[in-house]
Amino acid sequence: MKKIEAIIKPFKLDDLKEALHELGVHGMTVVEVKGFGRQKGHTEIYRGAEYVVDFIPKIKVETIVSSEMADKVVETIMNTVRTGKIGDGKIFVLPVEKVCRIRTGETDNEAL
Amino acid sequence: MRKKTFFSITLLAIAAATPAFAEETSVGDTLINLAYSIDTFYFLMSGALVMWMAAGFAMLEAGLVRGKNTVEILTKNIALYSIACIMYMFVGYNIMYGDGANGFIPGLSFFLGADNAVDDVLKSGGEIYYSGLSDFFFQVVFVATAMSIVSGAVAERMKLWSFLTFAVVMTGFIYPVEGYWKWGGGFLDSLDFLDFAGSGVVHLCGASAAIAGVLLLGARKGKYAGGRVNAIPGANLPLATLGTFILWLGWFGFNGGSELKISNIEEANAVSMVFVNTNTAAAGGLVAALILSQLWFGKADLTMALNGALAGLVAITAEPLTPSPLLATMVGVIGGLIVVPSIVFLDKAKIDDPVGAISVHGVVGIWGLIAVAFTNPEGSLIAQLTGIGVIFAWVFGASFVTWLIIKAVMGIRISEEEEQEGVDISECGLEAYPEFTTNK
Repeated sequence: MKKIEAIIKPFKLDDLKEALHELGVHGMTVVEVKGFGRQKGHTEIYRGAEYVVDFIPKIKVETIVSSEMADKVVETIMNTVRTGKIGDGKIFVLPVEKVCRIRTGETDNEAL
Repeated sequence: MRKKTFFSITLLAIAAATPAFAEETSVGDTLINLAYSIDTFYFLMSGALVMWMAAGFAMLEAGLVRGKNTVEILTKNIALYSIACIMYMFVGYNIMYGDGANGFIPGLSFFLGADNAVDDVLKSGGEIYYSGLSDFFFQVVFVATAMSIVSGAVAERMKLWSFLTFAVVMTGFIYPVEGYWKWGGGFLDSLDFLDFAGSGVVHLCGASAAIAGVLLLGARKGKYAGGRVNAIPGANLPLATLGTFILWLGWFGFNGGSELKISNIEEANAVSMVFVNTNTAAAGGLVAALILSQLWFGKADLTMALNGALAGLVAITAEPLTPSPLLATMVGVIGGLIVVPSIVFLDKAKIDDPVGAISVHGVVGIWGLIAVAFTNPEGSLIAQLTGIGVIFAWVFGASFVTWLIIKAVMGIRISEEEEQEGVDISECGLEAYPEFTTNK
């Protein structure tokens, strides 16, 4: 099993949710996050004083899938959220040791 | 049968008398009754509108401070309003409108006197045209406005109780004295210094007290760190905008009520003119500040636009009756054009005013008073400048001494650690929007 974390532009969330749903991904967890990569921040002015917005709002999507599905999911995320412009985000794939469904006690792929 | 209730707050009791008069009421007396009722009603409703400005200030300031200082600024605003009401009833109103010795030294007495007796009103033939207590009510909300101006300027770093202690002195003593000099018939009034609804008596007064406090208090931590002017964006611009709308609404009472009378054609027209001019000056100030911030900063800064609307309102307050609506708009526009560079300049001078109160009420208040010399045929530039000098000197001086004493006795500034944590927790023990709390 793999955990896939995708940092994406917030307005792409709906598209991504639908694309993953079609692919057969049954669940996901979403967090509003702020951060920067190579894009860095941008400068704004508030009441005449400049300030740098370092941390730009993004959405982090987390989903756990079977190892076989992982590549397909990563590909779908990339195709769905890519705009080609700076700040499109990143995807991380991590190994997952164990999954439990609390209600039934099912484990691993059964619990996904 | 006529029925009238007499008030005597001096005795802290209300004694109701219902004398039944046998004689027929003449048409003339009926008209005096009606006019008295209408003018008193108008006065009370105007006062209620001005009372609502306290809510406007509270929302504006809550919007322009950081989230961690929200509860404290709200506490200050509603507490200062209450203190102003009590102090002005206790002594302030009597200082302002009592029997002063010579135009300089006001009289001193305590609590409110009895309201007008029916016979006195009728005998006056309409000279006495509104209830005395309605006058007190209208005046007391003005004091609160002056004090509200201070709270925004010293926001995010002043001790709550030091601020409220200052409010006691300001609303019971400092404001009423200069109020006596102008509206109480003192020497500024004799000099023909003109201030219709208080660009000077209220707004410049509040700003002068604020700047004295800010100079002793210093800037918020990090505001000028690194030798730069660092932006500290406000937490809630919808609240700041709502606050500005509320102030704009309240201002119709502030300026409109200051005409003091509405019960004949001439006065009704005058009040209408005041409403129209007050509204259009605010609009002019907003548009001017919005365009200026777009041209200067490259973005339309909402907070500057809000300050622009308030600048237009403050500017027209000194004379909302004599200018034409077009001229009133120009007075507001110039107010809006002054307030933006004034805010930037004060920051350059390292005078930290989170909400722009000193610029809006002080700098633009001065502009409004000067404008009277050009918009009112009876205005005199010399008299206006004298009034500005006297009000600033008195309020700044008296406030500075008061702040100094408070600083020596109880301190005025919170600790660095408390400032980092936010005054909501350190002063009030509450958060505006608690998220992770459990009931266990």
